[in-house]
Amino acid sequence: MAAVDLMRFSAAIADGSVRVVDLTFTLSPDFPVIVLPPEFGQASPLRIEQISRYDAAGPAWYWNNITLSEHTGTHFDAPIHWFTGKDLPNNTVDTLPARDMIAPACVIDCSAQAAADADFLLTIDHVEAWEARHGRIPARNWVLLRTDWSKRSGRDYANLGEGGPHTPGPDAAVMRWLVEKRDILGFGTETIGTDAGQAAHLDPPYPAHHFLHGGGRYGLQCLRDLDQLPPTGAVIVATPLKIVNGSGSPVRVLALVGAGA
Amino acid sequence: MSEAARLRRPYDGVVVAAPVTVPYERYSIESAHWWIGRALKALVETSGLDKRAIDGLAISSFTLPPDTAVGLTQHFGLSARWLDTIPLGGVSGIAALRKAARAVQAGDADVVACIAGDTNQVDTFRRTLENFSRFAQDAAYPYGAGGANASFALIARHYMKRFGATREDFGRIAVSQRANALRNPHALMKTPLTLDQYMAARPISDPIHLFDCVMPCAGAEAFLVMREDIAASLKLPAARIAGTIERHNAFADDVVQTRGGWAMDVADLYAMAALRPDGIDVVLTYDDYPFVVMMQFEDLGFCAKGEGPRFVRERDLTIGGDFPHNTSGGQLSVGQAGAGGGYLGLTEALRQVLGQAGATQVAGARAALASGFGMINYDRGLSSGAAILTGPSA
Amino acid sequence: MTEPLSPPRKRSPLNRTRLPSQPPAPRSRTSHGLTRAAAEGRFALQRCANCGEYAYPARDACPSCLSSDLPFVDAPSGGELVSETLVRVPADVYFRERAPWRIGLVKLDCGPVMVSHLHSDCIDGERVRMSLQLDKSGQAVAFARPQQNAPAMQDDRQWREMTADPKYRRVLVTNGRSAVGLATVDALLKAGARTVHVGVPENWKPFPEEERLRALPGVKLVPLDLGDERSVRDVAADIAGKTDILVNTAEFVRPGGLIDRQGASFFQMELAETYMGLVHLAQSFGPAMRMRGADGVDSAAAWVNVLSVYALANWTPFGAHSAAQAGCLSLSHCLRSELHPGGVKVMNVFTGPIDGEWFQTLPPPKVAPRAVAEAIVSGLRSGLEEVFVGDVAQDVRRRLAASPKALERELS
Repeated sequence: MAAVDLMRFSAAIADGSVRVVDLTFTLSPDFPVIVLPPEFGQASPLRIEQISRYDAAGPAWYWNNITLSEHTGTHFDAPIHWFTGKDLPNNTVDTLPARDMIAPACVIDCSAQAAADADFLLTIDHVEAWEARHGRIPARNWVLLRTDWSKRSGRDYANLGEGGPHTPGPDAAVMRWLVEKRDILGFGTETIGTDAGQAAHLDPPYPAHHFLHGGGRYGLQCLRDLDQLPPTGAVIVATPLKIVNGSGSPVRVLALVGAGA
Repeated sequence: MSEAARLRRPYDGVVVAAPVTVPYERYSIESAHWWIGRALKALVETSGLDKRAIDGLAISSFTLPPDTAVGLTQHFGLSARWLDTIPLGGVSGIAALRKAARAVQAGDADVVACIAGDTNQVDTFRRTLENFSRFAQDAAYPYGAGGANASFALIARHYMKRFGATREDFGRIAVSQRANALRNPHALMKTPLTLDQYMAARPISDPIHLFDCVMPCAGAEAFLVMREDIAASLKLPAARIAGTIERHNAFADDVVQTRGGWAMDVADLYAMAALRPDGIDVVLTYDDYPFVVMMQFEDLGFCAKGEGPRFVRERDLTIGGDFPHNTSGGQLSVGQAGAGGGYLGLTEALRQVLGQAGATQVAGARAALASGFGMINYDRGLSSGAAILTGPSA
Repeated sequence: MTEPLSPPRKRSPLNRTRLPSQPPAPRSRTSHGLTRAAAEGRFALQRCANCGEYAYPARDACPSCLSSDLPFVDAPSGGELVSETLVRVPADVYFRERAPWRIGLVKLDCGPVMVSHLHSDCIDGERVRMSLQLDKSGQAVAFARPQQNAPAMQDDRQWREMTADPKYRRVLVTNGRSAVGLATVDALLKAGARTVHVGVPENWKPFPEEERLRALPGVKLVPLDLGDERSVRDVAADIAGKTDILVNTAEFVRPGGLIDRQGASFFQMELAETYMGLVHLAQSFGPAMRMRGADGVDSAAAWVNVLSVYALANWTPFGAHSAAQAGCLSLSHCLRSELHPGGVKVMNVFTGPIDGEWFQTLPPPKVAPRAVAEAIVSGLRSGLEEVFVGDVAQDVRRRLAASPKALERELS
């Protein structure tokens, strides 16, 4: 791409003809993290310890130490996160290709279904219906599952009940199909996890993790405001921290949406 | 005569002279050193001795630390060959007299200046209470921080229950001492006290009320103990030490204190002096509380144990009365100048037998008994002592 | 008969909060044998190992035979009140503010005479039973109560200075999710606590008995993540000034020692939840509580830590947990000393394995959560510093006192 086009691009951002939509939740200590049986290791929620605040510990400056897991808040999953992707090349956040951090997205709106059924599962039929209206999902695109789940908060967001969390997600077939037949770059959701809340009971368990990472693809979760995006045409910027051997990273996810899209 | 009394040597060749009182002040910004220095100067002036002639020094003071008697030798420019620091509170005077007399008698010193003096700064009293003793710190002061008032209140209440003493009985002692004090220009208390006023006083630590308590103040008391021949060469009026006793931690098995160590040794006192209680012309007891005075009347043989209440109802304790007692007004009316309180009776006894007591003089006083009491280490006064002084006319 | 306590009145913002003061604190080193007994609620005196005489005040030589072998042993606590007084003009600030103060002389059946604080129901000449209490300086003092219990006895003004009775007080229980936390809330309400704030960690997760808890009068649920400095600070901003007793029921139990536990994340989590949790609580609630140690009937009174008895000696199967608890124990000593100027007690409640999911496979004896809760309340009502709940905790305490090295081998 010629340099002059980039200048036009940045001018379009400045004048608002390209909208920048922030798809990121505020990182805060009380934001839910994934729930696993307590005998397993646990993702640390965000913890903030103040270093100084213009006080004796630092008279002119304010700063904090933070503790969190690689999978806390709005975050990015790298292939090495799942056993299926453990032997792939460039499978960690510090080695994955930088060009993958900027890519277009197809947004599949299932907000009505999710509102009706917290355990809603996305199927190939749903995607094919979407393709019938918006065209075939291009290769190396993000597929984002819009459920409007991010409009919930606290307990409603985690939605823990009998048998654990009840949140929407993809079924096993559609994940395999998206990876193998549509060659997607990755899959993103508004919930905690790319998989459904009850995905432990699917075959294979946690199919989004299983197929995405086994195929060297990525996950984005705890996204918000997917209702601000067009079904196609948005470009996602998701740049995980370059953590050595990292399985994932908290991330600031931005969507660029062109005028008229 | 007991074996102990028979074995004791009389204080031959030793005399006591030059009673000194540095007039008391309620509060002072001066140090203990200042007050003791004033007393030493008064001893020199009263006796006519050259300061260099004083070769012994006995000091008692609560507020002198970290200094002791040795620091004072340099402070005052004295060169002593006999020295003692006596931290015995109410028995300081009797103990100093006994030690100094034996030192002089044995030739270890010629002239011993015995001085008790304390300052009283605004927080002195509380500090003294806080740091009085290990047992007090461990097991008495943390209980209401009432100090000696509370400790003696416990003993007084028990005494009243056991022997039927009343507050009125204690009041008689306090009222008569106030009457005596009105004749003593050094007394801090200058207004008469009636029995009604005594009874109506505010409670401090029941049954102790305001006029049962001494007023802490600054001041000093002193006297000289010296070779008889030196006093004679100076033509210094001097008294003889007829007898003394001293006892610490007597009757440890008494559940609550009802008697002091005097009761253990009083026979020796009179045997040594070859006197009987009715031969004493004036009695100067240690009066930190009136009921302690009553205990001394019993334990020093003026009446039997438990008869103290009746004794004070029947006798007149004023200067002109049939039992002249604490003629200076005692600590209750003069004030308690720290360790000086343990000297007050002795200096007054000395004045009485030397005929130097002025307006408080008991006519014809030849033998005077002064006693000391103190050191409430935990639950009782541990130390007691007494001395009988006789004047030149005795 | 003791006048029952009246509920505290609302504070007027026009009046300054009365600052805490302390009774005289200096003691000889030897007399801290009494402090040790008082901390555990025992009545102990020195008894000469040579001649058998009891001695008081604390001595370094037997007044009967001069032996220096004077161990503190549990002693008969009966005695007779032989004199008393009402101290109306104390020399120090603490007692002056509380005057008149009643003390007495007690002749113990076993020999010594004790100057003692008196319960208002004690009568001169009658029998009393003695206990050693920790006063607002944290030092042991003798306290005489009448032989027979009477209604409202617990409300005695002088007794209440020695204790941290929950009656009319406002309490924070830091973790309402745990079984111990839940039981503690019930026990505190039963003991007359006015308000019980209950911390709910990870408020986005539901928990059993939540609805019952929410419906209890006097109970208020607050989101509280001990590992999160800000969460603790935010809760403290609302309630630190009205927290009279803080019961830290922080609980994070995971099995495993050092080598046999994979990775470090559990270590970090248990430190975050327990050790750092205590740090956050102390920094957020400590200053306000220390300020309010003399603030009337509902003054700040106590800080309770529920700790594993293995804080005292490492138990290998739960070795990392034991170490984190040991860290909390050490912090608690620091906290005790720092809360001291406020007269706020720090009570550590040591428990053996609690009957629950984390010690599921362990054979009995295990401690019922209700037993821990009851021990907390009775410890507060007696003003203790160290409480050992259940047979295992008692056993560890005794073994440790007898031979730390033997216990180390026994626990490995």
